[in-house]
Amino acid sequence: MSMINYASREINCKLVYYGPGLGGKTTNLEHVYGKVDPEQRGKMVSLATETERTLFFDFLPVDLGTVRGFKTRFHLYTVPGQVYYNASRKLILKGVDGLVFVADSQMERMEANIESMQNLYDNMTEYGYDVTQIPFVVQYNKRDLPNAAPIADLQAQLNPGWEVTEAAKQKAVPDPNNEGEFLVEQKDGMWVARAPYFESVAMRGDGVFETLRHVAKMVLKTLS
Amino acid sequence: MTGAGTWSLGESDYTKITAQLTDLLKESNARCAMVVDRTGQLLANAGEALSFDPTVFASLTAADFSANDQLAKMIGEPEFASLFHQGEKESMYLADVARKLILVVLFDQRTTVGLVRLRVKQTVQDLTVVIEEMFSRGPETGGGLLEGADDEIDLLFGE
Repeated sequence: MSMINYASREINCKLVYYGPGLGGKTTNLEHVYGKVDPEQRGKMVSLATETERTLFFDFLPVDLGTVRGFKTRFHLYTVPGQVYYNASRKLILKGVDGLVFVADSQMERMEANIESMQNLYDNMTEYGYDVTQIPFVVQYNKRDLPNAAPIADLQAQLNPGWEVTEAAKQKAVPDPNNEGEFLVEQKDGMWVARAPYFESVAMRGDGVFETLRHVAKMVLKTLS
Repeated sequence: MTGAGTWSLGESDYTKITAQLTDLLKESNARCAMVVDRTGQLLANAGEALSFDPTVFASLTAADFSANDQLAKMIGEPEFASLFHQGEKESMYLADVARKLILVVLFDQRTTVGLVRLRVKQTVQDLTVVIEEMFSRGPETGGGLLEGADDEIDLLFGE
């Protein structure tokens, strides 16, 4: 739930990184933490187990610049990916303004990705939020690994799109980040929209800021 | 509802909240007080200067409250309207305000939990009035700020 604070002249928004366990959500935040000027970020907090698995969440506040004289402050959260922690995972989604689904590209993690995506839809629905209507970006992580599944397969399984019923939105929208692909297109006589996607190698930082900037921009545009 | 929505904190809201926190501190002899929303954003604080990162503190406060809310439900309670964490020297008392915000009071041995609890009850009632009004304004106030700022947003993200 974004908050515009006229007293401190800040726009505060909440972004949540979702996805299966060991997919790279925490690594995304660690990279942002390491690269952003300390003046523009706060402390990173990780509520993790002794083996560094996220138990409740990781949290990192970052400033991404100024719009209309207001500082844009994004609170980045990750959720625990392990199936077992659904109760705490759901809590983190409360008041979310933008979502990043960090998928693990490895072929053997496809099932875990699908299960986590389904769980995201379920948890969002329970709050009365609609994933298809809020800023939502999919990140395919670990693209450097030899067992990474082809993007087309990942897209088909995790981001096949949802039907666009509103006539005004039934027009082709090219994907600016992936040449030759579309965010909205007509397929088998039906208009479908998909979440924008990015490829990443979060360990090296590849694609991390592209993902963050894109979802942050989508969130601010919902306010404009 | 499709998303979490937007709301705004105006300067007059901020002034009203801060004034109530200051009164609370004066009458309870607590060290400092803050108001945090349910998503973990700090709205206002008053009293002694904070020696820790208030943003992190606010996010942990909201998580603490959310987790305890769920625990309450599991044992058949609709909610825990307040929480008390007792330390050796420093303690904190947290109270729900209109199911939207959390009032956090930090105090030490100069006062007692009984006095803090008593005074917090009054502040929660007063804050509820301010907060209900704030949220009833809806998203229009927030939406107005960035209306037509598409170009500026594009510029910010290098496009």
